[in-house]
Formats: sequence, structure tokens, C-alpha cells
Amino acid sequence: MNLDELYRETILDHNQTPRNRRDLENPTKTVGLLNPTCGDQIKLDLQLDHGKVTDVGFTGHGCSISMASASMMTEAIKGKPVEEALALARHFKAFLTGTPSPVELGDLEALKGVSQFPSRVKCATLAHNALEKALMESEPDHNR
Amino acid sequence: MIKPLVDVAQDFPILNRRINGHRLVWLDSAATSQKPESVIQTMDRFYHESNANVLRSVHTLADEATTAFTDARVKTAQFIRAGRPEEVIFTRGTTESLNLVARGYGDQAVNSGDEIVLSPMEHHSNIIPWQQLARRTGATLRYVELAQDGTITIDALERVIGPRTRIVALSRISNVLGTINPITEAAAMVHQHGGVMVVDGAQSVPHEATAVRELGADFLAFSGHKMCGPTGIGVLYGRMELLEAMEPVMFGGEMISYVDQETATWAEVPQKFEGGTPNIAGAVGLGAAIDYLAGVGMDAIHEHSRTLGELAFETLKSIPGVAVYGPARPHAAALAFNIDGVHPHDVAQVFDSLGVAIRAGHHCAQPLMHWLGVGSTARASFYLYNGQDDVSVLKEAILETKRFFQR
Repeated sequence: MNLDELYRETILDHNQTPRNRRDLENPTKTVGLLNPTCGDQIKLDLQLDHGKVTDVGFTGHGCSISMASASMMTEAIKGKPVEEALALARHFKAFLTGTPSPVELGDLEALKGVSQFPSRVKCATLAHNALEKALMESEPDHNR
Repeated sequence: MIKPLVDVAQDFPILNRRINGHRLVWLDSAATSQKPESVIQTMDRFYHESNANVLRSVHTLADEATTAFTDARVKTAQFIRAGRPEEVIFTRGTTESLNLVARGYGDQAVNSGDEIVLSPMEHHSNIIPWQQLARRTGATLRYVELAQDGTITIDALERVIGPRTRIVALSRISNVLGTINPITEAAAMVHQHGGVMVVDGAQSVPHEATAVRELGADFLAFSGHKMCGPTGIGVLYGRMELLEAMEPVMFGGEMISYVDQETATWAEVPQKFEGGTPNIAGAVGLGAAIDYLAGVGMDAIHEHSRTLGELAFETLKSIPGVAVYGPARPHAAALAFNIDGVHPHDVAQVFDSLGVAIRAGHHCAQPLMHWLGVGSTARASFYLYNGQDDVSVLKEAILETKRFFQR
């Protein structure tokens, strides 16, 4: 096992300087999620407008994998249609269990090494589960 | 140089494993201890030679199994200096034991307006059963205030234990802070007010000689798997008169005296609390673990655990950018720490790459994490198969983690 395969530079960079780590002022959707096995927490704020994720921010605390994954995710979904953001979360989760993703994952590709560490998969998916939860809840009225 | 108390290579073959190219250094005994060869072999022999259900059949194997099971109860009772073997109830572990007291004793003894005293350092298994009891009965939970170093003072106990206190439930040794709590003093106070002392011994029974009556414990809960025994077996000790008055909470076979279509009467203690086929091999394995620990000597183990805990405390405290929690001394075998700017999970990951197994997380003690003002911590814990070398490895692993994340 090689630690550098898990902790790629991109991950350490996102962990040290997370992108979009802030509260939104008037988010359309806010979802908080807790990883009960380790106590990691995330709050995800989404600004949705005409079926698009126009802005996104997250706060919380957790390990480098969970925080970097959240940071990368916010970059990947900003400006994207809700359907694409949702698909990204799902493809990314499948990617972590070894299924190649049909869509561009951007910096999230750097988390590939996590698939070799089953106990860390839940760290990498926390933000994506929050996103899925937020978008599933908002789906009925996101086109208004 | 502090050496392990036992012949590690011979008694604990699992510790000969290499993990990621390094010698396995097991610093997670507070989660579960490794099992000596004698325990594994005793359980293996039981299944190979004597397996049968207990307390019901007349054939040879049933006799052998019943004798082995009964002997395990006798050994366990002697190990904690109980008055008689019947005061030992076999459970699945500390959690089940504490739930059994809260239900079986608490539901009868606690009423609306009564108080249950806990501490913020308790494991969830010594908090939630009492929260639930309080909800059922209308009782109030009161928490003893911890001193700055995470210890419990006599003054702090005096401030919360009073005439309304029916139950004081405290761990003897914290699974996070390594504090050794003043149980005898707490017991004296609650007894003065006619209440009972419940002791969570999950971390203490494996590490110190336990004498329930000197300790002042009316109930004592502990697990086999943290004291060199198998998983799935644990103990609730209770004073006989309390157990006799207590109601069973698990109903079924082997716990009854007489049954008709509408009613049933209960068997004697301890069978009254052991409905269903018990974990026979587990009890036999626990008996073997007790033999093993007694062979080493509990006083020697206590001295060893404390020495390593205190040495690790001093060693880690001297590393810049490392926070250690709990008192400098006495400090038991579990030591929680954090490295500035590195999440405990990432710490544990780097440690694993070096073959060092530690725990990271909230240690089932979220109220304590709040008290410490952290989300989680790393934790190293020691036992009789660890030595000073392992403290050095711990230090090196911390330095390596700092290098890795602060490059």
C-alpha cells in the first residue's frame, strides 16, 4: 500500500485550501449530514435557479479525504444543471467502488486511490450523499 | 527498558504479522485486545471435544460442557472477588450488562423526580441506557463536573450526589482520558443516600485487580474481549440481594421455574437473567483468559499499563504540535491525542501504513468530545504485550505523520 496513492497532491491541496468553504446567504437548499462512525460533519448550501446549481458552499469538519472531496465536488457542480450534478454524485460514488465514470470527474479523479481503502470510502462520499439528498428533496420544484 | 510482560511471539501469534512491510504494533487494545494462544486453544478444544448445550441434558458431553461453563462462572467470580459465583451473570458484553441493570433494576428502583448521576467522560453504553431510563421514569440525569485535566474530584462528586440520587453510574477507567475514577468514594456517598453504585469496568477489569466489595460496586459491567477473551461474552456482577429483587428482561428457555399457559415463575439467579442458550464457548474462553491474566498477575499488569500510559503521555506531550488529553498521572493504558492540523482519521491512515494500529474517532464518547472541544481524537492504548519499543514506534509514527502532512 502506498500512502501517496491515497493522498495525491490534489487532495492535500483541496484540504489545505478548500474551495467554496462558506455559508451561502440565502440558499435554496441546505442539507446537513453526519458520519456517525467518525463524527465527521458537513453542511451543504445550494443556490438553485432555473434548474441550475448557480452557487454552492460547504462548511463542516472531517478528515482530509472528506473535506477535499467536498471542495472538489463544489467546483465540479457549480453552474451545472441539477440533473448533471446529481449524475455526477452518483457516478462518483460508483467510481469509488471501481466503476469507471462516463462523465468528467475533474479533480475528483484524484480520489481514485480511496477505492483501495474500504474504510475511507464513506469519508469520500459524505459530501456527495449530502448533494444527492439536497437535490432529491428539491427535484419536484426545481424548475419553478 | 520496559519489556512486554509475556512472550509475545509465542503467546500472541497474530502480533507476528507484518502489516504493510512493518511489524504489527497493536495499540488498539482499548477497542479489543488480542487473544493468547491458550484462549484460542481452550475454545477450540471445547468445540472439538466437549460441545453440548448446558444445564439440561444428562449425557456425558452435556456434563462436560456444563462443568466447563460453571467453572468459568466460578473463575470469573473469584477474579473480581464476588461473594459467590451466582453473582456473575453472563451477557454479550458491557453494553448488554448496563442495559440489563438499567431495565431490570432501574425500572423498579427509579421514580419520577429521582436522580441518576453520570460523568461526561462515559462511553455511550453508560449514558444511553440511563437516558432511556430517565425518559421512562421521569428521573433526571445529573453530570458530575470534570476538573481541567479530565479527572473527577471528591468535591465534584459531593456537588451532584444527594438524597435524590438513586443510581451513580461511572466508569472506573476512561476509555479516552485514561483517568482512574474515585469509585470507592462515589460509592460511599451514594450508599449514604440509599442509592446504588454501578461501575463500568470495561477498561478497568482487564488492567487492574478488581475486588467488587472493596470498590463499593453494587453492579459491575465488563467485557471478555478487552481482557484477552473472545467477543460476545461479558459479565454483569450484582450484589445477590439486588439480583434477587431484580426483574429479568429477556424471557424464554432456561430462565424459568414453572410455566403454564398464562403465567410463569422465574428460575433462581443467575439463570433468571440468562434466557436462551448462553455463549458457552465464550464463557469457557473467558475462563481461559482469566487463567492467563491471573498467571501474569493483575498487579503486574496494572503497573505495566500505567507505566506505559504515563510514559506515552510524557513522550507525546514533549512533541511540538501534539495535544494529549487527560491527567499526566496516574494515567491508565489509553491515551488520546491530536496532531495540529491533521484529522485523526488521516493520522490513523499514516499509522497503518507503518503497521501501527490505533483508533481514531469519537470513541463512543461524543459528550466527552464536546467537553474537550474537539470533533474526534486519535487514541493509542497499551496492554501486557506492549513494551517501551511500542511507545517509541508511536512517537516515530507521529513525527512521520507530521512530515507527511506538513510537507
